[in-house]
Amino acid sequence: MDFFRYLGSRWDNILELAVEHAVVTALAVALATLIGVGLGMATYDRPRWRQAVVTVASVFLTIPSLALFGLFISVLGLGTTPVVVALVMYSLLPIVANTIVGLREVDPAVVESAQGMGMGRVQRLLRIELPLAWPVILTGIRVSTLVALGIVALGAYILGPGLGNDIFAGLSRISSPNALNLVLGGVLGVVLLAVLFDLFYVLLNRVTTSRGIR
Amino acid sequence: MTATKIRLDALTKRFPGQARPAVQELSLDIPEGEIVIFVGPSGCGKTTTMKMINRLIEPTSGRIFLDDEDVTRVDADRLRRRIGYVIQQIGLFPHQTIAQNIATVPKLLGWDRKRIAERVDELITTVGMDPAAYRDRYPKQLSGGQRQRIGVARAMSADPDVMLMDEPFGAIDPITRDRLQNEFLRLQAEIRKTIVFVTHDIDEAIKMGDRIAILREGSEIAQYDTPERILVDPADEFVADFIGRGASLKRLSLSRVRDIPLGDWPTVADGTDPEQAHRMLAASGRSSLLVLDAQRRPRSWVTAEHLRRADGRPLAEVGLPLATVGPAATLSDTLNEMLTARYSTAVVVDDAGGYGGVVDIDTINGAIRGMRTAEHERPRGDLEPPS
Repeated sequence: MDFFRYLGSRWDNILELAVEHAVVTALAVALATLIGVGLGMATYDRPRWRQAVVTVASVFLTIPSLALFGLFISVLGLGTTPVVVALVMYSLLPIVANTIVGLREVDPAVVESAQGMGMGRVQRLLRIELPLAWPVILTGIRVSTLVALGIVALGAYILGPGLGNDIFAGLSRISSPNALNLVLGGVLGVVLLAVLFDLFYVLLNRVTTSRGIR
Repeated sequence: MTATKIRLDALTKRFPGQARPAVQELSLDIPEGEIVIFVGPSGCGKTTTMKMINRLIEPTSGRIFLDDEDVTRVDADRLRRRIGYVIQQIGLFPHQTIAQNIATVPKLLGWDRKRIAERVDELITTVGMDPAAYRDRYPKQLSGGQRQRIGVARAMSADPDVMLMDEPFGAIDPITRDRLQNEFLRLQAEIRKTIVFVTHDIDEAIKMGDRIAILREGSEIAQYDTPERILVDPADEFVADFIGRGASLKRLSLSRVRDIPLGDWPTVADGTDPEQAHRMLAASGRSSLLVLDAQRRPRSWVTAEHLRRADGRPLAEVGLPLATVGPAATLSDTLNEMLTARYSTAVVVDDAGGYGGVVDIDTINGAIRGMRTAEHERPRGDLEPPS
């Protein structure tokens, strides 16, 4: 069966997997954003804490994902939960690192003038520093999303959701007639999702970044 | 003597890990409605001292009074909303429009939208810009000079009595700086804020200050006095060194043409017959006559040589071009005009351009001598606050 006929007969199934794939990615990146931006805000002006947070997040990223999934089986079982937890861990570094860099790059004169006008610490952070650091933070979130899209596919190994199921199904019976189509469909689906997510971030950046700093 | 607005009482700042305090036991009274300049070499503690007034730097010991209220321990953010603050880099919020920038403190104080919008437009106008054109722009769309004006407007937004300015004109090109300084002095003549102004530039201090505190290391006051007295009567070697050579020249930028007695010069109406003009010139005992037009506006200098070669042309067309100055020009500007003009006497014109008198090198010399005598005769100690 050629690939296009395969697509024609299986598109509803692929679409379903793609939606799962996107939802899991989005959920994990959203959680990582909450945690990462929070940690970044809490530590960017404290050198030791900042260093510690970045080091831990870097260590997460070096753990091979298949090994991590394997380790999670005994703690979190199989399915969506361990996949989401792993994704959050992998997504953390780009977000937390960019939050720290973005906040530290805010012009000290701007912060001083805010302080000199009587803005409190929290107001300064939320109204001045965070909006100014936002484009850098958003870039971190974008990178995390791309990393996460690839790793979700491996989650099928522990019965997680998404396009990885087709890929693994294909790989496990590589000599059967549809094997290649299964793998190809899954891979192209992931690539297409990456493009769509990227478009979304371009749009989000336009909407959420002040014209004054674009 | 005006009332004391800000009183610093034995203010000391010790930074951790530094052997000597940055500011040591500084006591100073800042009178209401005046511009007081902190000037001194870099590292003398002038900026640290200024930042202790709005407590961006917390003093190690000593007290700060604002309107006789001890503000050393009050809530720092609330205190800062009562004090305008302008820094050299200005620090406009790049992600906010000009209107949003100016509205910062009014918003913190909880003004309603309408009042804020009105205040924003009023302030943009005050600093000489058009609200309709600039209100919705972002800082990056403004020139350096315009940003500086908006910085000042933002500091004045909630109409604070006191403004702190840290080298506010430091990062601007000399021509724009001069214009902004003049504009600011004009504005200050109307608003009469109490202003603490930090600079390392003694010329700026002399130009802008009602009073200058010259500080040496540890923010120790070497002299606290009016610019005139500091120039005429420096307290010690340090002050004299800091003013540098050319104190007499600097003094020239303190007095204006309208403050000195002007010289007189023989004039001749444009259209007078050259023969008659020649006779007038001979009778005057001067080397030239000043030609005035029908509105008594000075047009040119004519010498005997010009009159001989007039050949029926109007006198205004044959003479040497003039250097004219207005009554508000400083003697320094006037001297500059004289030196660059062909004829080394400056003609003073009133606002309508009419002839008012002349200034020559002797007039200027006399003015300097008069100033020196006056300052020496004034008793010392008239700067002490009423107790």
